[in-house]
Amino acid sequence: MRFRAKILDVACLNHFTRVINTIAKLAKTCTLRLTPDKLYFILTDKVANGGVSMWCELSQGNFFDEFQMEGVAAEHNEIYLELTPENLSRALKTAQNAKTVKIKLTNKHCPCLTVAVELPSLASSSRIVTHDIPVAVIPRRLWNDFKEPSVPDFDVSIYLPVLKTMKSVVERMKNLSNSIVIEANLNGEMNLKIETDLVSVTTHFKDLGNPPWVSDGDSQNSTQDRDPETMAEARVDIKKLQQLLAGQQVNPTKALCNIVSKRIVHFILLHEDVYLQYFIPALA
Amino acid sequence: MGWRGAAGPCSRPHTPRLHCAAAGKKTACTGRHEASGCAAMKCVVVGGNVKVLGKAVHALSRIGDELYLEPTENGLSLRAVNSSRSAYACFLFAPLFFQLYEAGGPDAHGELFRCKILMKTFLAIFRSLPSLEKTVSKCLISLNPRASRLVVQLHCKYGVTKTHNLSFQECELLQAIFDKQLCTSTLCASARVLVDAVVHFPVTLAEVTLGVGPSGKVSLRNYVDEETEPSKTMVTELCLSEDEFQDVRVPQETQITFCLKEFRGLLSFAESSNLPLSIHFDTPGRPAVFSLEDPLLEVHLVLATLADSSASSQAQTANGACHKRVPDEDFAADDLESYMIAMETTTGDEGAEPPPSPTFPMRCPSPATALEAERSTLDSDKDEDEDGAVPGTPPQKKFRSLFFGSVLIQAQARAHPTPSQEVLAEDSEGEC
Repeated sequence: MRFRAKILDVACLNHFTRVINTIAKLAKTCTLRLTPDKLYFILTDKVANGGVSMWCELSQGNFFDEFQMEGVAAEHNEIYLELTPENLSRALKTAQNAKTVKIKLTNKHCPCLTVAVELPSLASSSRIVTHDIPVAVIPRRLWNDFKEPSVPDFDVSIYLPVLKTMKSVVERMKNLSNSIVIEANLNGEMNLKIETDLVSVTTHFKDLGNPPWVSDGDSQNSTQDRDPETMAEARVDIKKLQQLLAGQQVNPTKALCNIVSKRIVHFILLHEDVYLQYFIPALA
Repeated sequence: MGWRGAAGPCSRPHTPRLHCAAAGKKTACTGRHEASGCAAMKCVVVGGNVKVLGKAVHALSRIGDELYLEPTENGLSLRAVNSSRSAYACFLFAPLFFQLYEAGGPDAHGELFRCKILMKTFLAIFRSLPSLEKTVSKCLISLNPRASRLVVQLHCKYGVTKTHNLSFQECELLQAIFDKQLCTSTLCASARVLVDAVVHFPVTLAEVTLGVGPSGKVSLRNYVDEETEPSKTMVTELCLSEDEFQDVRVPQETQITFCLKEFRGLLSFAESSNLPLSIHFDTPGRPAVFSLEDPLLEVHLVLATLADSSASSQAQTANGACHKRVPDEDFAADDLESYMIAMETTTGDEGAEPPPSPTFPMRCPSPATALEAERSTLDSDKDEDEDGAVPGTPPQKKFRSLFFGSVLIQAQARAHPTPSQEVLAEDSEGEC
């Protein structure tokens, strides 16, 4: 089982760092799945128990100049690692002006993802910083736990408003309440509501547009018969929503959410070459 | 390293002829005061030097809670020591640093004035460095014997004068005994190089290991103590080449571990002063001396280093790996296959432990042996250490007790009439 990758381009490095920073804000520990073409950051807290779930997919070719991996076995050419993304974020933080950044799977005192940063220096030889990030190798028998989540049978699907606006609204609401209601309809209208003993605040967004989903069988017919004015709503933990929005450092190319009334809110964010799915379950 | 004198309330009785304005107030004066006849201390700092003074106070505030102030004929010295006595810093401002410098004469008992002030109070005066730079043209520090207050007066723009009357405690001499000449190894670099080096370590990191390997490679690594699980901690190592340093005189491979927090304080001062920083050190366990020198200012930071044999052996493997890393194009060392095979064969067996893998190093030594190692280190120092380190003290105290234990002869004898007490002072205020 081997893995090594190299980033030479500074723009790619900055981009990769931003992605890792986003992941670090969303999950304390998560699973990194490596395949020859893609990297996946996966978090599968038991959604049924109220935990969030995340699936983030990147094409390695968009970031790495060199990428070689050998999985567990020929017919299972993948590697699953459990790691703390905050460590990776910290390692990359001071590497932004690096000449090269190499990431390798190594076995020091325990399996590690070693990030070796070559920095420019005034001396003849470069300065090298290495960070050994401890990881846990996830055995093949557990790989089924990390399957790509399927898009739920949602009631309403809607494009999100400008994330910056949404973020500042949610941040202020966070000071007033622990939970927030997200509701939307097929008319491109979305409301964010909080209600406490003292105050209720609702922010209305209009003309957002609803993404066209190709219906694959009966499951999506319900949305077509649905009254466009009727709101689908879910009450979620405001902190989890705020975390998702705070982690977005750049405005995504595409951002939408699917609401399953009173059950779950499913966010899909696409940043050029990074695809992120995030599930927030509804509060009881 | 030994200590002369201790901070503590002065034990001499009040001179009956002086009326103490602060009598009855516990936080104010607790000791005798300068007889009204003797010359009092007075120093004036102007221009850009005010900011330098402010920066020095900031650096000292990273060390201890009290600022020891002592005007001598060589200049004004500001010192601090931390509560566990494992870090000591001294800033000596030469008389030429000041527009006006009067150290003041000795008092009726032939003693020079020295005092200590709450760091918090003193720092508050110099808290905002940008505003010091922009608005303060002159800073006057003087002693008002009658009011028994240390007066710090800032002359600012628009005719504004801020006067701070600080209460102080008289104290014994705070002097760490160290001798740079006895240190076998020296490194000298511009502060910039070292600032750029420590930026890779988290701000919260407590201890860092500085190592010099063969061919002069200097490495800095975060120190992971034995109690932390190695499989949970990220290890960061930075390798600098010899030519990034102005001077590398290290006769043999060494590693020393010291507290990063206190070092960072000095680094940020050094960076702004543009002076090269020298590091003098010896074997692990002996204090390391960090110094900056200039005709107007002399700064010394003395930090205890960890005398940990397991740290140096851990370091050896890591250091060995460091050399492997640089030209490493070879995958073989990184192969996890044997580990994976081991994991797969235990699939059927729920409760079984994974079989010992050949690629894994030995587990950490058992707590018993670790304690033993610590005990023997403490015992060997016991002969030198009049302080009498308590065997089996928790690991954190390794720094402190060893710091006391290292006795180096003082190179420059300070001409002070204070009775020289060779007793390595216990902290009389019971802070230890």
